[in-house]
Amino acid sequence: MAFELPALPYDYGTLEPHVDSQTMLIHHTKHHQAYVNNLNAALDKFPELKDLGLIDINKVVGTDKVPGDVATTIRNNGGGHYNHTFFWKVMTNPSNTNGPSGAVKEAIEAAFGSVDEMKAKFNAAAAGRFGSGWAWLGVKEDGSLAITSTPNQDNPLMASLPDTTSMVPILGLDVWEHAYYLKYQNRRPEYIAAWWNVVNWEQVAVNFDAAKTGTVLL
Amino acid sequence: MLARGLLASARENFNALPRMSRLLSTVKLPDLPYDYGALEPYISGQIMELHHSKHHAAYVANLNKALEQQAEAEAKGDVSKIITLQGAIKFNGGGHINHDIFWTNLVPPKDFEPPTGELEALIKAQWKSLDNFISTFNAQTAAVQGSGWGWLGYNKGTGRLEIIAMPNQDPLSITGLVPLLGVDVWEHAYYLQYKNVRPDYLKAIWNVVNWKNVADRLAAAKK
Repeated sequence: MAFELPALPYDYGTLEPHVDSQTMLIHHTKHHQAYVNNLNAALDKFPELKDLGLIDINKVVGTDKVPGDVATTIRNNGGGHYNHTFFWKVMTNPSNTNGPSGAVKEAIEAAFGSVDEMKAKFNAAAAGRFGSGWAWLGVKEDGSLAITSTPNQDNPLMASLPDTTSMVPILGLDVWEHAYYLKYQNRRPEYIAAWWNVVNWEQVAVNFDAAKTGTVLL
Repeated sequence: MLARGLLASARENFNALPRMSRLLSTVKLPDLPYDYGALEPYISGQIMELHHSKHHAAYVANLNKALEQQAEAEAKGDVSKIITLQGAIKFNGGGHINHDIFWTNLVPPKDFEPPTGELEALIKAQWKSLDNFISTFNAQTAAVQGSGWGWLGYNKGTGRLEIIAMPNQDPLSITGLVPLLGVDVWEHAYYLQYKNVRPDYLKAIWNVVNWKNVADRLAAAKK
């Protein structure tokens, strides 16, 4: 069974004006589609790897479970497919987004002092990631929340990579230039600030509850 | 008692001296050798303006800031601080170096000339034809993951040309190769015009490559 491009949970224009519809269209139908296509092509010769499923494929990046000749392709495209699948779901119609509440809010306050302080740290990680990459809020092995950023299509599931902070992501932001350039050009901080308007805190709460049991959702 | 007094006042005088300013003078954003629109239709004027006046300008500003902070840290003897600044110096210094070379590697299409002389001979000797060189360069450069550059470099040891990709803003010089021609494949270099289709940008850019500049860099490298 080949991997497939998941449908967006909303229309291409739903996240306007914060993330423009042209970006969503190209991001989903071109960039994410390419990761899916490349991942399928690479896994064609390695059915045992394909059978692990997308989450475990990401978890074995950097280990000898991935054959050397496809290691880079799996890292980039397995990472890209997971990251974007995750990303579409943590965004929603701007009028549906209210901020964290309940257990997530308590955990954020415990780890960072306040929601605003968490956002400041997250923004710094997102703006400070040089080149292409992602910023993440996630649950560490000890159950606490932390913020990290990863290069290219790496993610915190790839615990075997040397510089990766192992976490179950509950919120993530794509800071590759293709995620914002059409609308924001070089002004990445403006994109990051606008993006908070479309965060799907309900999904973040669902991700958080699962992460506390060590479960990675897809 | 006298000695202690002298020592104390000498220390005060030393602290009152102005700190030594940084040895590297302020880096400046170079002017482009052509107008922003001069590379059309292959690279849009909008891209050239953003690329030069925003992206390259930011590398210059951030490099200068990091170097200032490094000078202050050096004056205080704060080695930890110096170490934490190295990432910013590499990113922004590399960004400055790379773009400084890049602008000179490009020429308006009306002034385009194919490679000649020694450069042409070397390309043909190693890749059989200019077209084959370009295909090979483009295949490697299109495959850069995330942000980076494709480079044609000169190996002083072997006397040969090499095609090599570098990540982020890592300058080619860290490999020991002499940079001759760089192609920026950070998305900001092409996205507004070519969107996700990096290979189309890579086909187009060869219409505006300044082979004379590449030849000049090769000649300088061989001295």
